[in-house]
Amino acid sequence: MVWTESVPRVWRERVRKYRLIGGRCPSCGNVTYPHRLVCPFCGYEGLEPIELPRRGKVVIFTVIRHPPRGFEGREPYVIAIVELENGARILAQLTDVRPDEVRVGMEVEGVFRKFREQSSSGIIEYGIKFRPVI
Amino acid sequence: MKLTTSVGILGYGAYVPLYRVKGSEISRIWSGEDEPVREKSVPGLDEDSLTMACEAAREALEMANVKREEVGALLVGSESPPYAVKPSATVIAEALGLTPRVVAIDMEFACKAGTTAAILVAGLIAGGAIKHGLAVGTDNAQARPGDELDYTAGAGAAALLLSREVESAVALIEYAYSYVTDTPDFWRREGERFPRHTFRFTGAPAYFHHIVGAAKGLMEEAGFKPSDFDYVVFHQPNVRFPLRAAQMLGFKEEQVKLGLVCGEIGNTYAAASLIGLVRVLDHARPGQRILVVSFGSGAGSDAICLVTTENVGRKKSSLERLLSKKVYVDYAQYAKQKGLLKVA
Amino acid sequence: MAGRVYVIGAGATKIGEHWDKSLRELAVEALLAAVKDAGISKKEIEALYVGNMMSGQLQGQEHLGALVATWAGIPGVAACKVEAACASGGVAFHQAYLAVASGLYDCVAVVGVEKMTDALPSDVTAALATAEDQEYVVFTGASFVGLNALLYRLYLEKYGVKQENVASFAVHCHKMAVANPYAQFRRAVSLEEVMSSPLIADPIRLLECAPVGDGAAALILCSEDFLKRNPHDEIVEVIGSSVATNVLSVHERKDPLDAAAFRRAVEAAMRMSRVEVNDIDVLEVHDAFTILGVLSLEVTGFAPRGEGSRLVVEGELEPGGKIPTNTLGGLKARGHPVGATGVYQILDVVLQLRGKAGPSQVSEAEIGMAQNFGGVAGTIAVNVLKRVR
Repeated sequence: MVWTESVPRVWRERVRKYRLIGGRCPSCGNVTYPHRLVCPFCGYEGLEPIELPRRGKVVIFTVIRHPPRGFEGREPYVIAIVELENGARILAQLTDVRPDEVRVGMEVEGVFRKFREQSSSGIIEYGIKFRPVI
Repeated sequence: MKLTTSVGILGYGAYVPLYRVKGSEISRIWSGEDEPVREKSVPGLDEDSLTMACEAAREALEMANVKREEVGALLVGSESPPYAVKPSATVIAEALGLTPRVVAIDMEFACKAGTTAAILVAGLIAGGAIKHGLAVGTDNAQARPGDELDYTAGAGAAALLLSREVESAVALIEYAYSYVTDTPDFWRREGERFPRHTFRFTGAPAYFHHIVGAAKGLMEEAGFKPSDFDYVVFHQPNVRFPLRAAQMLGFKEEQVKLGLVCGEIGNTYAAASLIGLVRVLDHARPGQRILVVSFGSGAGSDAICLVTTENVGRKKSSLERLLSKKVYVDYAQYAKQKGLLKVA
Repeated sequence: MAGRVYVIGAGATKIGEHWDKSLRELAVEALLAAVKDAGISKKEIEALYVGNMMSGQLQGQEHLGALVATWAGIPGVAACKVEAACASGGVAFHQAYLAVASGLYDCVAVVGVEKMTDALPSDVTAALATAEDQEYVVFTGASFVGLNALLYRLYLEKYGVKQENVASFAVHCHKMAVANPYAQFRRAVSLEEVMSSPLIADPIRLLECAPVGDGAAALILCSEDFLKRNPHDEIVEVIGSSVATNVLSVHERKDPLDAAAFRRAVEAAMRMSRVEVNDIDVLEVHDAFTILGVLSLEVTGFAPRGEGSRLVVEGELEPGGKIPTNTLGGLKARGHPVGATGVYQILDVVLQLRGKAGPSQVSEAEIGMAQNFGGVAGTIAVNVLKRVR
């Protein structure tokens, strides 16, 4: 599929993904990930970029047993809504944990990991996953 | 080599993946008679030498607590980078927020690339070119299945944040001595998947000759005896070699023991001596002298002499926690995670 | 003041694996059947809205408006593709409604069509996941099923409901589809079968998910003027039509279970139709996953929050029950060719209102509502129809 093989897309997104750059709304105070111009909650234009904290808790999770393209061979793995220390919520993949070990409320921390490869000769996409706090 | 400007370690970090495979498990499949390490670390499916380096470097950076814009260099030593062409250093620099103004490069000298990175960063600092710099050693070591090295090829990373701001340093670098010769004890040709080694030839003419050459060279130049050091950390491809090197040079086992981690995590190649150093720094007391002697095939050794300050021990790395938190995998899972079973 | 809009023709293909029919052929088959059912000449059609989600990704084909118009023999009409993920059909219908209500067009066609079996399963999964945020959600390895599973889990945790009760929604749908000649699955399934089917993304099991299939459904809409010139016996009027969007990603919604946008869309449609919840005789909900079916019953107002599954288990969704729902099989058993579904749902309502629903007929069905979701209720299209005597 075309978009999974796009190099400019990966390049464009790298800083937000590598450093977990969220956006804080000076108007309503909500923090969302990723950073963007307009607040999805109140519509304020001009969110401030902030590096999100790397620690959080699992709000809810599921186990992916039929992965989308690019993630074959890694299943089963867990994806979860994680609420970070500053209240921002992100959708994240958990790593270094078995699905049966995950609990709602579990404390997790962000780690730099490989997400997928754009084929064995293509570029590698990296970002932040979450693991149980060591 | 004595640095004319003081260079200190402001922060340090290490990373070891969660998984381990036991030597006995590898023997079970390949009928080996010897288990040179009890167990070794295995990267997860979503890890490579770059991700591990990033974790270690981030820890060092956070411990040092310096302004990112003032970190002027990031040198990454590895023989297993994910790209043959495209440096891990740029990805890590971006991930740590060091871009764009930074001297960044990947370097290869087998298992001594990390310590050489440290020497070069120290040189940049001493020369006044930068204020702080990061040196990283990282590897997801590859070995032909069933080969001797399959028993020991581990995965890990370590990083030092060096600086000319020595007041907050946990240790100061006093001397460095680099000793190299053209000695082909272990190599990998372009396009080949696994390295080759020369069995017993990797011992006396390679590992021991260069370790002794660098250690003696440094001690003579600096006027030290083995007993002047509280700790010595050698490159650790297995448990036996560093103990024998210690004996050859006149060090006692108590001096080597703390920095010897390969029994638990295997040979982490470019990270090996640095991880040993991190272990020592986590436990050292102020005013202790440490000698680190790495060895990289091809071949060469870097000897680095440090002395701890009163700041040592105030902050610790996550190494002990990473060493103790482990999940064992069997050979099949190990092979899958090591990339030996390619998934389409 | 919007003009009145009527549905005078309905046509559809069977839903299944149509190896021998292309996307355009399916669309044309449904459209011509609807035209025939309407008893008009296809030349009367002035505008055509093609509801579809994945033609670009799975067939490499866009520009469906012109394509279907050409292959249906009506090139020249105003036409376009309408895409709103799985709500493409419902939203396309809304566009068709607007076209007539505006007074600009007198006779308009809407076709929902999707062809999913040309592609490998992992490509279909990847294409379906384009309903979600590619960069920050799908990038993590989340599948579309996985995101719905998060909602399912939140629901089970909050209300302490047993999964079996929610899963029985699938049993109901299969039972309803047995008598539906164009349904993809016409075999009843037991709750044991559903609960022992493989896990796709915990806790969602395979038989709780709507299937992959090919199909097309079409409806002809017309103005009051047109109807006067072309009298019909069975007339169904569109009395309410609304579309709303929610914050796209489930995890970004303040309370994912709240479904505030869904509620607003339903309320808007009901206000427009001037009906109350209890006036609805027949309901089509978007059961892409059983949890969505149950949630829909609650959000629409047929059961308090957390108690929707009671209606299922107590048989109240059957033709003789309190709120006959998905009486022709719903997404689970009738089928879910994604972009076509919204139109199939309305077609099912039309059949009920015309008294043509066979064994599943709800007696005296007068008002019906169809609710179509895009993504995890990121877009909601609600359409309300009434039988006209």
